Amino acid sequence: MNSYLALTATQARAALQNKEISATELTNAYLSAATATEALNNYVCMTADKALEMAAASDKRIADGTAGPLEGLPVGVKDLFCTKGVATTACSAILKGFVPEYESSVTSQLWSDGAVMLGKLNCDEFAMGSANETSVFGAAVNPWSAQGGDDLAAGGSSGGSASAVAAGAALLATGTDTGGSIRQPAAFCGVVGMKPTYGRCSRWGIVAFASSLDQAGPFTRDVADSALMFASMAGHDAKDSTSADASLPDLQAALQASVKGMKIGIPAEYVMDSMDEAITKLWQQGQDWLVEAGAELVPISLPHTRYALPTYYIIAPAEASSNLARYDGVRYGTRIEAGHSLDDMYEATRAAGFGDEVQRRIMIGTYALSAGYYDAYYLKAQQVRRLIKDDFDNAFTEVDAILTPATPTAAFPLGVKQDDPITMYLNDVFTVPANLAGIPGISVPAGFSDSGLPLGLQVLSGAFQEDTLYTVAACLEKQAGFAGQPPRHAAMINQ
Amino acid sequence: MSVDKDTVKKIARLARLDVPEERQEQIAGELQAILSWIEELSEVDTANVEPLASVTGHSLPLRVDKVTDGNKVDDILANAPEQASGFFVVPKVVE
Repeated sequence: MNSYLALTATQARAALQNKEISATELTNAYLSAATATEALNNYVCMTADKALEMAAASDKRIADGTAGPLEGLPVGVKDLFCTKGVATTACSAILKGFVPEYESSVTSQLWSDGAVMLGKLNCDEFAMGSANETSVFGAAVNPWSAQGGDDLAAGGSSGGSASAVAAGAALLATGTDTGGSIRQPAAFCGVVGMKPTYGRCSRWGIVAFASSLDQAGPFTRDVADSALMFASMAGHDAKDSTSADASLPDLQAALQASVKGMKIGIPAEYVMDSMDEAITKLWQQGQDWLVEAGAELVPISLPHTRYALPTYYIIAPAEASSNLARYDGVRYGTRIEAGHSLDDMYEATRAAGFGDEVQRRIMIGTYALSAGYYDAYYLKAQQVRRLIKDDFDNAFTEVDAILTPATPTAAFPLGVKQDDPITMYLNDVFTVPANLAGIPGISVPAGFSDSGLPLGLQVLSGAFQEDTLYTVAACLEKQAGFAGQPPRHAAMINQ
Repeated sequence: MSVDKDTVKKIARLARLDVPEERQEQIAGELQAILSWIEELSEVDTANVEPLASVTGHSLPLRVDKVTDGNKVDDILANAPEQASGFFVVPKVVE
């Protein structure tokens, strides 16, 4: 079984085409691995029968010579994507029992390109969290652990996706990133996570959190797989009014391209006191790697960086409070009968159905949008958002890409940051600005903390320039030679 | 600006969340802490800055006003907590 799991998606695709392995064998290997690593709680629902049906259909298409770009590759799906006939809960009690009658645009594209669905992956409730701890199914666990240490957070909100790919329980996984929900867990689990330019991937059929920030993206083991999966997820969709009608750059060429002569911005404002020393060192190392490969470093300033988090914590909750108004116990999901009126039913349903963090954000958002406070909070945040975007626009007149750490720390133990919401929010300090500006970002595993946990570097590029992003990411990956495998993964799979 | 129990009650009502009396104090404290942290934004000079609602740079696309989908009553009602005769059923609204 292990030889199947060792293949990257790019390698597995070649092995499938050459008929060295079958999609059914590959799928079985992943279903077994997912079962063996069940203790990580990264799947909330496995769809083994559907996976084997899809794999058999893939084998037939491979035999017929009609294979798609992702033919036979097993994919885990964050439980935020609606999947027809398969329960979709956003890991919330309020969507308990909800079985969509439709398929999200992104997952439709994956299936029509031949991918095989393994099941639905754990995440924070409505994608609100940075440790996957707000999930109604409990936290996903990081397959990495410090020597003899506690269970570590897989990160969030797409913790199940990162944990599953790192543990070899999925070859590929979908995620969504509103403030760092792909890049932060990818960094914590030692895998590649990419947030595309806003508008690249259709939001249709993805449970909405903050619509002006939400973007779907891939979790993969390496950078080449990321480009392969992203190409399948992206594309214009008339059903999402913010979907971009822009053609994709040549990503395969980008993976082969050199960074020679590229200008890489190093933002002064990303030096933080609270940063782990190992991360400061890795960031410096990343700069050295790029210089060795022929890139030029340019010191830049993104002066409004420190305001990104407070801006985000107005805009995201405000949009969430509006988006989540639809969960009222009338059309789908949980209903709690209480009192005598319709309002009583709404209030009881929502209080019982939403967890603490979701309720907190609905309250903040409602406050920021309420009469008398709208200008002071929401409008102010939208103005600062423009200044943050202007910072990036200015920087990209000088540089091709920006290099930053992905997270201020390595993965932390589960349960330690639950008392103070603001401490938890600070996890996203390096990732939130890209969402506010709508630009793409990728987290590449590049080194280790002192206790042997993976650390990521983040590359940002201008909007719709994912080719630049992948060129720089591929260079970092090659120079870093990150070949880490979580020790617990090996132990579990070999049992 | 400070968030007290009355503010929590008012916001909870607007958000249609039943927040029990005994939790209101604690929630007021949490909201206050978050709002104080957000207060940092007031030091940014935003005079004459146009608010940014969307990064797409394009205006919302228009399409011909005609029906493109429909006749899916069963699909729409499939997940309803309660339904009857092709309708969602809710508690009595009018006495």
